[in-house]
Amino acid sequence: MVAFKLNDKPVQVDVPANAPLLFVLTNDLGVAGAKFGCGRSQCGSCTVLVDGDPVRACATPVSAAAGRSVTTLEGLRENGKPSRLQQAFIDEQAAQCGFCASGMIIQAQALLDRNPQPTENDVRSALNGNLCRCGAHNRIVRAVLRAAKEA
Amino acid sequence: MTLTAEKGAPMKGPVLGRRRLLQAGGFLSLAFALPLGDVLAQTAAPARPPLPGSLQTNRMLNAWIRINADKTVTLLVGKVELGQGILTAVAQICADELDIDMARLKIIAGDTALTPNEGTTAGSFSMPNCAPAVRHASAEVRAILLDLASKSLNQPVTALTVADGTITGPGGAKTTYWDLVVGQALEREATGQSTPKAASAYRYTGKSVPRLDIPAKMTGEPIFVQEMRPEGLLHGYVVRPPTYRAKLASVDLSVGERMPGVVKVVRDGSFLAVLAGREEQAVAAGQALYAAAKWDVEKGLPGTDGMPEWLTSTKPARVIETRNTPRQGGDAPVKTVEATYYRPYHMHASIGTSSAIATMGADGVVTIQTHSQSVFETAEAISKMLKLPREKVRCQHVQGSGCYGHNMADDAAADAALLAVQMPGKPVRIQYTREQEHRWEPYGSAMVVKTKAGVDKDGNVLDWDFQIYSTPHGTRPGGNPGNLLSARYLAEPFQQPTPQNGGPPNYSADRNGIALYEFPGHRVLTHFITEMPLRVSSTRGLGAYGNVFAIESFIDELAHAAGADPVAYRLKFMKNERARDSIVKAAEAFGWDKWRKRDGRGRGIGFAQYKNTAGYCAVCLEVEVNKRNGRIRVLRAVASADSGHLVNPDGVVNQIEGGLIQSLSWTLKEEVKFDDTRVLSEDWASYPILTFAEVPPVDVVLIDRPGQPFLGTGEASQGPTGAALANAVFDATGVRFRRLPLTPDRVRAGLTA
Ligand code: FES
Ligand code: FES
Repeated sequence: MVAFKLNDKPVQVDVPANAPLLFVLTNDLGVAGAKFGCGRSQCGSCTVLVDGDPVRACATPVSAAAGRSVTTLEGLRENGKPSRLQQAFIDEQAAQCGFCASGMIIQAQALLDRNPQPTENDVRSALNGNLCRCGAHNRIVRAVLRAAKEA
Repeated sequence: MTLTAEKGAPMKGPVLGRRRLLQAGGFLSLAFALPLGDVLAQTAAPARPPLPGSLQTNRMLNAWIRINADKTVTLLVGKVELGQGILTAVAQICADELDIDMARLKIIAGDTALTPNEGTTAGSFSMPNCAPAVRHASAEVRAILLDLASKSLNQPVTALTVADGTITGPGGAKTTYWDLVVGQALEREATGQSTPKAASAYRYTGKSVPRLDIPAKMTGEPIFVQEMRPEGLLHGYVVRPPTYRAKLASVDLSVGERMPGVVKVVRDGSFLAVLAGREEQAVAAGQALYAAAKWDVEKGLPGTDGMPEWLTSTKPARVIETRNTPRQGGDAPVKTVEATYYRPYHMHASIGTSSAIATMGADGVVTIQTHSQSVFETAEAISKMLKLPREKVRCQHVQGSGCYGHNMADDAAADAALLAVQMPGKPVRIQYTREQEHRWEPYGSAMVVKTKAGVDKDGNVLDWDFQIYSTPHGTRPGGNPGNLLSARYLAEPFQQPTPQNGGPPNYSADRNGIALYEFPGHRVLTHFITEMPLRVSSTRGLGAYGNVFAIESFIDELAHAAGADPVAYRLKFMKNERARDSIVKAAEAFGWDKWRKRDGRGRGIGFAQYKNTAGYCAVCLEVEVNKRNGRIRVLRAVASADSGHLVNPDGVVNQIEGGLIQSLSWTLKEEVKFDDTRVLSEDWASYPILTFAEVPPVDVVLIDRPGQPFLGTGEASQGPTGAALANAVFDATGVRFRRLPLTPDRVRAGLTA
């Protein structure tokens, strides 16, 4: 049995301790935000926050989340509405397929929590480990800068 | 896939969820029932009038549009959302022609049991085929409704006005679409007689309406097939052979059966798979089975470095005269210039690996949620693979990670179906590992292009000769199980059919092989090789990327040889006005004439009209080349785009910009590596793609053509970008690179050669 907080609510799951956190989130706990992209810590689509730090859920055993607080894309919503950062991604239409968006938003949230007024370069380097195949990069950077500006 | 614009919040986005997707359309309040047979069987008969776009082959109005009693309208389309924004664009058009708020629209796309069959969503055909059909069907439905209103209000049609579905006559008499449609009014064929609105009368069309699918994607509402988790599902894992042609000699199935959580191990010939309760259990058992299996492995692939030579030395199945216009008279050329270009195999390389869910119901129908681009033809191929009647397989499109062509979506659908029939009643989910997706997807074919031009004393082209050497670019399911990966490994295997170089000239391997420039003599030969060292199929642009790279590099070489400015030299041979506009606008926006040369910097241009029939696009790039380490930095990019009548300007910008960035990735970094037995590019480390730090600012200049046909845009910018890059590197270094990708190693070697 592993217990942790998921998007501010306590959860308990009876799963093998070495199961990847990503599979537990998506298969056992109904999370849609975090996504499988590579399973090798190479693409960032599975990124979630663990105690506020961005973590690759595909390469993290669920046991590592025990007693900690996990935040996924759905957990950023505020009273059911998109957060400022999420709204900025919507306003900038920062996607084509949007499959990478969850990892991008989580990674960007971690940046903004640390550095509320990042430069464009700060954003690019913070997101450099997150892959986008559709070429939405510049829109994504604009969305993060917009959220910072509107803060 | 199902999208619903939320009532009263037209631009706030869709309400949707996996529950709805799984209800198989049962949530609709249908004004009419449409028998399945109608959707499948509608074909054009010669005596009937020709209709616009896909209406021609799906002629019933209620196949496209239904007016629902709950004051909504359902739009049904056969084209599907791939992240290109098609559903938002057709919703804009439908709402405009019907005079309703977009918020009233529900969209169902790509369901073999419900929607019109519009074939494959590919080739930049969605706007030219689907949009006119929606436009005309909507206009005609509006006319029918006005006619009904005229009778019920006892007023002439000309005296009526419509606002958001409410029809008002003189003196304030009112009725609504939802009041009027009670009978069979739309159960009839379109006539093509209605007149769509003028561009100036549109409320949504022509505006950058925010995409309907984006809010869900930004907030974690389930919308992708990869996110669906129906109750009680099992996870499947297919154990692929070590190499393409390996045969499974022997395997001890109990190795898998003993593993935790395993429900079933399936072996059918060389097809080996496992079903388990948990995803990580399925993966672990699959990998244990792989380790336990003995395979007979064949050698014989040409290898990464042997590929250019292989293409030009292998006997083609056909040599196709794509174009042959000999020059009429005139002097002999004073000089002949020749060059050879190479593009390697590229991956689609979707960020999310392919996935599908299949369930065999009590009625024996296998229902598959898939991100396939071709639900109808894939359903047919799967039914043949399973030896089931066609109507026993239903495919429902659900969005997936961007695919950029025929990736493994259809294979995942087939694999899920193969396993679902083993466990009736249980949903079976497949999602490939990264290694499986990288190593087994059908790549964009490697190509060699040999060019030759005879020029006059001023360096003007007299005779243009263009020879393409390529393996196929199309092995989509197309109703044939031999095109589904796993079907070839079954105990009774399905043979892959020999691929064709499909379509009219300039269409497949030869796509964009015919330069749009007007040369006095012009010949294009396509050496079409049907042998496939690596698995290949449609990858964004098909042959266009390699062909435009060659055309636009070669014309640049000729311009430099003639001592001419590359833009001016192109315009000399370009008569097409819209093409000229596109080149000129891109050059202007880039500041081509004001640009001053600095050491290590260069500028380049590339142009094409995609397929010579779709969107026009010119790209200008500025680069900086580090001559010590061979690194290319792209400093900025400017593109022009003429996509005809613009439906959603930001959607076009997004496609052009995304295509440009993807093409920079192909051109700078990408090449599928393989040895004599197997593919070696198995993850993002061995097949790197462009990252944030490497993406330049991109500026897109739109050219609107109100009233002109809608032209497809999604594949317009890749070819021009590849050539613009090579041309800019030449400008920066004085060295011409003709073999892609332009990796630092290759550039460094070229600069010191
Ligand atoms: S799925 Fe975790 S980094 Fe790619
Ligand atoms: S928007 Fe498709 S991968 Fe980023």
